[in-house]
Amino acid sequence: MIEIRDGKKILVTPVSSEDLKDIRIGDIIYLSGSLTTCRDVAHRRVVEEGRPIPVDVRDCAIFHAGPIIRPLEDGRFEMVSVGPTTSMRMEKFEYEFVQATGVRVIVGKGGMKENTERACREFGAIHCVFPAGNAVAAAVTVEEIVQAEWRDLGMPETLWNCRVKEFGPLIVSIDAQGNNYFEEKKVVYNQRKEEQLEKVCREVGFIR
Amino acid sequence: MSKEGMAQAMLDTMASFIAYTAKKLPDDVNAKLEELSRKETFPLARTIYETMFRNQELAMELNRPSCQDTGVLQFWVKCGTAFPLINELEGLLREAVIKATQEAPLRHNSVETFDEYNTGNNVGKGTPTVWWDIVPHCDTCEIYTYMAGGGCTLPGHAMVLMPGEGYEGVAKFVLDRMTSYGLNACPPLLVGVGVATSLETAALLSKKALMRPIGSHNPNQRAAKMERLLEDAINAIGLGPQGMGGNASVLGIHIENTARHPSTIGVAVNVGCWSHRRGHIRFDKDLNYTILSHSEVKLA
Repeated sequence: MIEIRDGKKILVTPVSSEDLKDIRIGDIIYLSGSLTTCRDVAHRRVVEEGRPIPVDVRDCAIFHAGPIIRPLEDGRFEMVSVGPTTSMRMEKFEYEFVQATGVRVIVGKGGMKENTERACREFGAIHCVFPAGNAVAAAVTVEEIVQAEWRDLGMPETLWNCRVKEFGPLIVSIDAQGNNYFEEKKVVYNQRKEEQLEKVCREVGFIR
Repeated sequence: MSKEGMAQAMLDTMASFIAYTAKKLPDDVNAKLEELSRKETFPLARTIYETMFRNQELAMELNRPSCQDTGVLQFWVKCGTAFPLINELEGLLREAVIKATQEAPLRHNSVETFDEYNTGNNVGKGTPTVWWDIVPHCDTCEIYTYMAGGGCTLPGHAMVLMPGEGYEGVAKFVLDRMTSYGLNACPPLLVGVGVATSLETAALLSKKALMRPIGSHNPNQRAAKMERLLEDAINAIGLGPQGMGGNASVLGIHIENTARHPSTIGVAVNVGCWSHRRGHIRFDKDLNYTILSHSEVKLA
């Protein structure tokens, strides 16, 4: 479902494919509800080993992230710092991961490629960037750590299922039409790089 | 004070300082981020800068590491031969990392290779990394601390060029890395470049280049000119914060160099992310310390 509050567009889980249809690359959105940290080994387990994911992420969000967690005395946990890790590492698994789990919103850092574009287009999902390095700004949106699964993977790789409130800003990098913000930008960056390289090269002929 | 007492005092100071650098950026990085943010006109980029400043405030207010990836600890020490704790230094830095890991808390970022398990306290075989410069006829010790996060360590690259490729080849090597791996390394980046003979000489220089204060220049005029040219060039690519587009791409470019073999140009690039957690502290022989990277620090 979508809420608009103080001019912010907030996706509230459960999210439907209908909710995503007007969202485009470059848009800034926020997320409230169920967000689960999920990265390298968890993707491998779901996709390569075909294990069922022990947190239900259908119509909810995952976060490519490895947090700092503080265990509390009553067996519960506190989110100290949490921020995104490079999403590209999960690219090779993401089509099958989305297919298997029904996740709608993938949050991470940097771009992803064809596999994820195809998943977003076919299953109705989006990939967003949370500005990395802002781990406390992210952690304070975590109201509660609801569930911790696959704890044998250690602190960074455990599936930490969180209830978040207005988690963001999330910048849409792949929309449900499969448009890809970073891939479009990269074309421009590479053109500019070639122009700039020519300029620099004219000035650094120090060996002669 | 006994040797043990002194070692413990320095260990405690270093543990507090390491923990502090996980929470607060050095003055030069802060100032540069503020400058870039003021000049930024791209709305998306402005939103990202706002998030950064809010995050840094929250980190201090809540006393938490500002980025969850607190890196592998790396130390570059310039230690006088007459510094009283020269023998204890490496051991006490290791212990300081363990202490800071608990107190900050820092993320567990030391995975033993081949055995492939996380040691859970940020120390392992050869971690934290310590690079030594021994300073003769000197009784002080200067330490640079650095949290090498995964994201900004990934673009690191070194190779040996043929002299025919020239400094043009060096420029291409650096720029190519920016548009391929730089995007994901959390720009605006601090870019360290080493120019020397071989892989490891260039690589170490490229890391030491990241310890220089932002705004400093290589004393060689041509190297300084190349720093400016590369800075302008990478900024003109317009990576912006997070690589999502903006007016600038970098906090700075620092080139460090040595002489080279006539047949080779060793070149390396190492980058620091916007959250460049570098610390710089100097101890005298009585362990009075001066923090050079951060003003207004009170260590616990």
